[in-house]
Amino acid sequence: MNGAPVVEVESLVKHFPLRGLGARGVVHAVDGVSFSIAPGEMLGLVGESGSGKSTVAACIMRLLEPTEGSIRLLGEDITHLSRRELRPLRRNMHMVFQDPYSSLDPRMTCGQIVAEPLVVQRLLDGRGVDRRVDELFDRVGLRAELRHRYPHELSGGQRQRIGLARALAVSPKLLVADEPVSALDVSVQASILNLLRELQEDLGFSCLFITHDLATVEYLCDRVAVMYLGQIVELAPTAELFASPKHPYTQALLSAAVVPDPVAQRARVRIVLEGDVPSPVEPPSGCRFRTRCPFEPRSAPASHEQEPPLLEVTPGHHVACHLVRLGGEGPRPVEAVEAAS
Amino acid sequence: MSLLQVDELSVRFETDDGNVHAVDRLSFALEEREVLGVVGESGCGKSVTFMSLLRLLPETAVVSGRATFGGVDLLAAPTPRLRRIRGKEIAFVFQEPMTSLNPAFTVGNQIGEVLRRHLGLGRREARGRARELLDLVRIPAPARRLDEYPHQLSGGMRQRVMIAMALACDPKVLIADEPTTALDVTIQAGILDLMRDIRERLGTAIVLITHNLGVVADIADRVIVMYAGRKAEEAPVHELFARPQHPYTIGLLGAVPRPGASRRLQEIPGRVPSLAELPSACAFAPRCPRADELTRTNVPELREVAPGHLVACFHPGPS
Repeated sequence: MNGAPVVEVESLVKHFPLRGLGARGVVHAVDGVSFSIAPGEMLGLVGESGSGKSTVAACIMRLLEPTEGSIRLLGEDITHLSRRELRPLRRNMHMVFQDPYSSLDPRMTCGQIVAEPLVVQRLLDGRGVDRRVDELFDRVGLRAELRHRYPHELSGGQRQRIGLARALAVSPKLLVADEPVSALDVSVQASILNLLRELQEDLGFSCLFITHDLATVEYLCDRVAVMYLGQIVELAPTAELFASPKHPYTQALLSAAVVPDPVAQRARVRIVLEGDVPSPVEPPSGCRFRTRCPFEPRSAPASHEQEPPLLEVTPGHHVACHLVRLGGEGPRPVEAVEAAS
Repeated sequence: MSLLQVDELSVRFETDDGNVHAVDRLSFALEEREVLGVVGESGCGKSVTFMSLLRLLPETAVVSGRATFGGVDLLAAPTPRLRRIRGKEIAFVFQEPMTSLNPAFTVGNQIGEVLRRHLGLGRREARGRARELLDLVRIPAPARRLDEYPHQLSGGMRQRVMIAMALACDPKVLIADEPTTALDVTIQAGILDLMRDIRERLGTAIVLITHNLGVVADIADRVIVMYAGRKAEEAPVHELFARPQHPYTIGLLGAVPRPGASRRLQEIPGRVPSLAELPSACAFAPRCPRADELTRTNVPELREVAPGHLVACFHPGPS
């Protein structure tokens, strides 16, 4: 994983104006997110609903235009490029969507769906496209005769394989996968996750994997970024993040995830967060997590007045918390439970 | 005697394209104060089973079998008798807290309706009891919440309101169908704690229908694994996770990524079967590594391999 980053996101901001009669203000969907993905790296972007993770993906894919900040794809600034200017660059990035039902055109055959990016990018002639589609079907484990079927004739798992084949048709350098398995049954999820891992190892693309499921991230990703209310609160190599989470939100998130093992699950100490996620229209001042932080008011008044910067506290481990000092010392999860009780 | 005893329950839907067999000769019992986990993938019949017990299915459903609750057969009881049980002694919590609450009425109004209807309380009494219920499900500032509408509440709060409504008449059984599936993990944790607390404090028996093995591991005492409308395996929770016997259960457990393990996930080949025809064979045979002639031509009966541990498989055993 050396070389120049495939994608660099710098201080990304995306605000949506509130619409409707008498509505004022903006939704702070993403507020200052920075990260980069190295060649061949899988970065997991984790967060709960409303954390802004899908908006980050849409900005990188330039399905949305960022409000502020910059996005560089293979060194080229694509933040404000027009649709036309973007078109030749689209072969470098592709996306797999959450819903394998609505993300495939029901009027196209599966073969046409997979061929479409090749046709649009004019990369191959007719026969070349044909061969490539055959190759892709084989690569994602689908029988060649499914080329002539329509999406509704396929199962959810097969459809998601079509989505993957389409995304990989033009050999992109970056694959953005937004909750690609959460709409599938458990027994089918495993085969798609295995396939994604195999394809990544063989083809070497970089991947931004968006999910709310921590176990999946641990299985697939090299590094993980945790988002809360439009910001990254922690970013670290996967093993490190799971072994020693430093941000109180990451700690709570890890403690709340259920594991399919009754002995381990019942022995776990759970940090239960109080209250709800605040509205992204008026996020809290200072630290956005302070309204639910089990350690509040330990870092007051700083928590109310200053936004904690995302600092590299140990090599490769970034945390945005007033309580975590350089060197990585910070609150321990057990203290959170003690503080709550 | 069990609190709820279901024998040979079958549910069939008659459609234009022929019959769909959603549940096939399912028998099980629910004990007092017990948390029973019912696990399976979409279409396995787990929700239909419990909808059919409370006769909540459309008229195209043909239900047979027996479901005894407090000396009454739920499937045969006259409708007025069933109405006194449904919502009062057996209460339901649905997956979607957004759509199961009426957007046009306040929270207090909706909880109050249950109390007035089933317990005959007056308006003021109902309001007081509704406030207590919101307090019971740990909703902060309950008095204020009574006058709010569902859209003013978060997803987790709405699910708490649903549980409060279900608990309004102090039911003996609470059936929760995927109660945490639409919620974030930190919110899910709170709801699971609440259900545990309800069982401890009120002694309510809980049926938890879910596809999430982690949720089952967290809270269930006993687990039923369903596949294609039939019971594949049933066991006490620790027994099931430590010594799964059915290849489907083993497959499901191996398919979930686990903390600390980076080995390849186990795949279950093929897809969940269509329920159009009921195979006179093991329904899992087409996906099963242990399938042979016997499994493709006979339906495996349940047999007890350890106390309370039932398996419907011709070749049970650890992988």
